[in-house]
Amino acid sequence: MIDPAYSPQEARGIWVFLEQDAGVLAPVSLELLAKARALATESGAELTGLLVGGDLAALEATAAKLDLDRVVSVAHPLLTQFTAEAYAHAVDQVIRTQKPDIFLLGATAYGRDLAGRLAVMLRTGLTADCTDLALEAGTGLLLGEVSGFGGGVLATIRCEQHRPQMATVRPGVFPEPAAADRAAAKVERVNVDVPAAKCLVKVVARHRKTGVDISRAERLVVAGAGARGEMPNIEALAQALGAEIGATRVAVDEGWAERERQIGQTGVIARPKLALVWGASGASQFTCGIDQAEMVVAVNQDPEAAIFESADICIVDEVAPVVKALVAELQSHGGAE
Amino acid sequence: MTRELHTLVCLKVVPKSEEVGVDRETNTLDRANARSEINPPDMNALETALALKDRFGGRVSLMSMGPPFVIPTLRVGLAMGADHAYLLSDRAFGGADTLATSLTLARAIEKLGDVDLVLCGEESSDGATAQVPPGIATWMDIPQATYAMDVDFEPGQRHLVVTREVRDGEEVLDVPLPAVVSVKVSCNEPRFMDTGRFALLDNEELVTTWTADDLGVDREHLGLAGSPTSVAGLKEAAQASGRRRELVSGTPEEEGKILYERIIEFLRGAGTRGQEAPG
Ligand SMILES: Cc1cc2nc3c(=O)[nH]c(=O)nc-3n(C[C@H](O)[C@H](O)[C@H](O)COP(=O)(O)OP(=O)(O)OC[C@H]3O[C@@H](n4cnc5c(N)ncnc54)[C@H](O)[C@@H]3O)c2cc1C
Ligand SMILES: Cc1cc2nc3c(=O)[nH]c(=O)nc-3n(C[C@H](O)[C@H](O)[C@H](O)COP(=O)(O)OP(=O)(O)OC[C@H]3O[C@@H](n4cnc5c(N)ncnc54)[C@H](O)[C@@H]3O)c2cc1C
Repeated sequence: MIDPAYSPQEARGIWVFLEQDAGVLAPVSLELLAKARALATESGAELTGLLVGGDLAALEATAAKLDLDRVVSVAHPLLTQFTAEAYAHAVDQVIRTQKPDIFLLGATAYGRDLAGRLAVMLRTGLTADCTDLALEAGTGLLLGEVSGFGGGVLATIRCEQHRPQMATVRPGVFPEPAAADRAAAKVERVNVDVPAAKCLVKVVARHRKTGVDISRAERLVVAGAGARGEMPNIEALAQALGAEIGATRVAVDEGWAERERQIGQTGVIARPKLALVWGASGASQFTCGIDQAEMVVAVNQDPEAAIFESADICIVDEVAPVVKALVAELQSHGGAE
Repeated sequence: MTRELHTLVCLKVVPKSEEVGVDRETNTLDRANARSEINPPDMNALETALALKDRFGGRVSLMSMGPPFVIPTLRVGLAMGADHAYLLSDRAFGGADTLATSLTLARAIEKLGDVDLVLCGEESSDGATAQVPPGIATWMDIPQATYAMDVDFEPGQRHLVVTREVRDGEEVLDVPLPAVVSVKVSCNEPRFMDTGRFALLDNEELVTTWTADDLGVDREHLGLAGSPTSVAGLKEAAQASGRRRELVSGTPEEEGKILYERIIEFLRGAGTRGQEAPG
């Protein structure tokens, strides 16, 4: 067994990485807070939020109002933009001195990059892309539920001897908490050393796509490969329903929808009330992104298509005539408000 | 003159996801009936490596940690144009979590000594942690760039320009070599096998197998022994989360009409439910 950075006996408290980019917190960090608070209440642990960045003054004020006992703020000019090496180097120093028991991050590109590096620096275990978190009865160990094989298998993973117990959590699985009604958390500024040798990667450009975030859409009209040639009708349907467009990876690769609209394991985990899925085969890498929809309608010409296992209403037919009929129906009734 | 580029592609041979189940009696994975394939994004990593070789020359090596039965699958990569394959195979590697897996791969890459660029897939289709690429980079103490959509090389500078996908957009990174880069699934179209290279499929000399002794790593740091995480439980995901699976059929017009009615009925009901239970 590799020697851990510190022992379970020394470890204290639950930490959440408050991922930010250009001064805005990532939604998944907020989603994590409600869950982390429940775990902290159960174990009597202190809940700490970790901010990392260039100038954090404004974010410190925001973070202090969240449901946290404490905010640790790590500011350094070389941390203004996220780069995995510099962030990992900075956070490693803080973790080694403060010795949290549990450290949770969002499973975003930045969260996974940071967690993946940090776990090796700290020689500890990292449970990836959790869809649920709990504490084990008796031992109090963190249990992370993860899915594998494209969502077909659920495993529960724990880390017994090494600290911190690290986990990344998939965006969209926990609801965002309501605003906290508590005294402002105290903010503790911590200095770190960021050597230039840890800043070899340079961010040359950052393009932000604005607007579309289908993870919060109430209604989704989803195009799969079987919707070929039908995008105008799919768009008309979305408009008549007041829905957002979503897409399978194949449909995104075809250029029928922007990449932010991809649903599934490497896209968005959506939690709409209603999802209408047109011409998708139902690969588990896709269906894990609509499993939390309240109602799923699937249209596919293949009666054996796996998508029907994940649907409440199943129509075995071609996309084109059914989407047209539904649009006509909606238009004749003046939409679906 | 600059030294030629040596690119190493990490290939994981995985069981086809849809063919894996859970043995309900023992609660262990049942892969007996699953066929093997190269993890799909690793094929995109290999294509990235071969495209760089086409443009700038150099060598492409393949590396995989796994049992000997993956060798035929690795030969596919050789037939596509890779120069050599390394298989890391030893019982001591078994049961490795991502800490031990990335350590094993990193030490084997270091043993080669001259690797400039390590290319991986973004994540595997089985474990799907995406932790191995940052893990390799950290054990080797070199930079990383994950979720790459495009990888370009400036030979004179020995730098990569990587366009990668992040939460709400894209980033362009300047990455000095040596570095680890993981690529997105379907960021390119993997080429077909080169029929002229089919003879290589039987060439034993093109595949080198290394065991734990070859890597000189403390066995306590490998495989199950070297893994801080453990699996506390395993189950098959609840099939389709209790969906109703009501079949609606008729002419397309009839289907459209029934669908409309079902949707309106549902939205009216869900509307009131939504008010009681936020989120
Ligand atoms: C690591 C990894 C991650 C992945 N992540 C994702 C992800 O996040 N999201 C995602 O979507 N996929 C993802 N995939 C890909 C996934 O496995 C599937 O390949 C993909 O979801 C298939 O898309 P599709 O259903 O649109 O296309 P197909 O599988 O080609 O299915 C098309 C369906 O349409 C039906 N059809 C065709 N024509 C018509 C017609 N005229 N009328 C009605 N029906 C018709 C066919 O019967 C078929 O069932 C991932 C794969 C890997 C390996
Ligand atoms: C359902 C399930 C869940 C799991 N969850 C966790 C977890 O939360 N934490 C944990 O530490 N372990 C976990 N594991 C174990 C983990 O899958 C193994 O450690 C595995 O060896 C590497 O991780 P990965 O498959 O997730 O690779 P990823 O990090 O997803 O793979 C990314 C890339 O790394 C390269 N790569 C990965 N493995 C190899 C290899 N053997 N040979 C060559 N290249 C490779 C490939 O290029 C691949 O595309 C889990 C396993 C399963 C089956």
